[in-house]
Amino acid sequence: MNNLSNKKSKSIKENIMKAIFFASAFMSVFSVLLICIFLFANGLPAMAEIGFLEFLLGREWRPGNDIYGIFPMIIGSLYVTAGALAIGVPIGVLTAVFMARFCPAKLYKIIKPVINLLAGIPSVVYGFFGLMVIVPFIRNTFKVSGTSMLAASVVLGIMILPTIIGMSEAAIRAVPDSYYEGSLALGASHERSVFYSMLPAAKSGILSSIILGMGRAVGETMAVVMVAGNQAVMPSGLLKGLRTLTANIVMEMGYAADLHREALIATAVVLFVFILIINLIFSVIKKGIKS
Amino acid sequence: MKRAKSQTIFLRSIVYIAAAITIVTVVGILVYILIKGLPHISWDLFAFKYTSENVSLFPALVNTFTMTITALLMAAPLGIFSGIYLVEYANRNSKSVKVIRITTETLSGIPSIVYGLFGYLLFVATLGWGYSMLAGAFSLAIMILPVIIRSTEESLKSVPDSYREGSFGLGAGKLRTVFKIVLPAAMPGILAGIILSIGRIVGETAVLIYTSGTVAQIPKSLMGSGRTLSVHLYALWSEGMNTESAYATAVVLVVTVIFLNAMSAYVAKKFTKGKKNG
Repeated sequence: MNNLSNKKSKSIKENIMKAIFFASAFMSVFSVLLICIFLFANGLPAMAEIGFLEFLLGREWRPGNDIYGIFPMIIGSLYVTAGALAIGVPIGVLTAVFMARFCPAKLYKIIKPVINLLAGIPSVVYGFFGLMVIVPFIRNTFKVSGTSMLAASVVLGIMILPTIIGMSEAAIRAVPDSYYEGSLALGASHERSVFYSMLPAAKSGILSSIILGMGRAVGETMAVVMVAGNQAVMPSGLLKGLRTLTANIVMEMGYAADLHREALIATAVVLFVFILIINLIFSVIKKGIKS
Repeated sequence: MKRAKSQTIFLRSIVYIAAAITIVTVVGILVYILIKGLPHISWDLFAFKYTSENVSLFPALVNTFTMTITALLMAAPLGIFSGIYLVEYANRNSKSVKVIRITTETLSGIPSIVYGLFGYLLFVATLGWGYSMLAGAFSLAIMILPVIIRSTEESLKSVPDSYREGSFGLGAGKLRTVFKIVLPAAMPGILAGIILSIGRIVGETAVLIYTSGTVAQIPKSLMGSGRTLSVHLYALWSEGMNTESAYATAVVLVVTVIFLNAMSAYVAKKFTKGKKNG
């Protein structure tokens, strides 16, 4: 009898813990739901009040006059992301090739952790570095203010390097050696074998590393705020300042009220949708790799 | 033949140039911050109180510590339990697992400023906590949840099934097997994930500006506002640069991150070594 009740209490305990595990796992679903609800419930009405098209395509952002067009910021985000990719992708992918196929094992042991460190450096530190080194460099070279699209692109380009290097390297390493050996046997050099038979095979992995880097660049806030200049106008050149979606929120959330505040939340909604699209592309590519 | 040769040389040089650029950049950033910052590290910076004359980073350091502990206390159990559910209990092809997986991936892609805004809307405004350490910690906890879930999942998966079978064979129940056999074996991997998320907490700014606020003192309780080190660096910039103190803060941040990275790598390495022996 005693034994039986013991068993029963054991199974109750098992079930309770199972429920707790399940509830914990469900927390991430709950969090995403909460985030969506809070953003959309506060952002969408503001968009409707301003007018969806006026909000998304309006070229002027003048909260003082209740004019809220975030087109300059959307373009700003796209520009700095493109700039970051233009810098980060060639350097990142080629460094990944180096790490996977050119680097001597002894050197690799030192370089790998150093590159990983790049991923750990806080974004404010990147922003600060950009402000102290890259911005003055641009200022002195081109005789402009320095805080600019170029500065933001360089800083973001550096920031996405570890993402691109890490994932591309893994993708290149995942290519079967037979590809490389076959190419060598046909008389191609080491370099040509790597570039013409391994890289094409690692294409989708490299592509997904780029997409992930893109997501990081679009979402980055602090580093960009510190070096981009943040003028809420249409970006007018590589050396001119611009404002991204993320910067728009950080710059004005501190004092915004009423419709202005809601317009900033609506900005976050647009940003969120951007990220969801990027995530979607990412998972589609990843599925392609698996199948 | 000649063309192929010149192409080979070209390919080799771009690879080496790119690698050189990467390495020079990383080393350049680290050396620059250390050289510029180390001379500004002084005892004054670690004074107990922050004043406008002496921009002490000590309160921010204490706040960073408090924030990390509070966020981890919430996120670590949740994340580890989630991992346990996903690996040990759930049917891998069930719908609920798919939904949980998708939302975890979504969480890991959300930009930090969106977490900050969400935290502001929910904790600061709706729940009426005001700018507080607790609001910041909650927002951070949601942010690092996917990191902990993933590392737990991966380390649980790498525990050989023979461990579980052995435990069941000796008559242990499922719960006992998980807590006494599987979890201890997976602990180093989970720990590495937790250290990694500490790094993210320490480096985070955008989440905290509008949740825990930017007050430069140590708050009396978790319901008070306080800035962490990263926020401190940002605030120094936005309040009009106090360059010396900013450099020093950057050094402390970078050194902390290097230390955490090294620790995480060390723990993870120990883990893989142990696996080879066992």
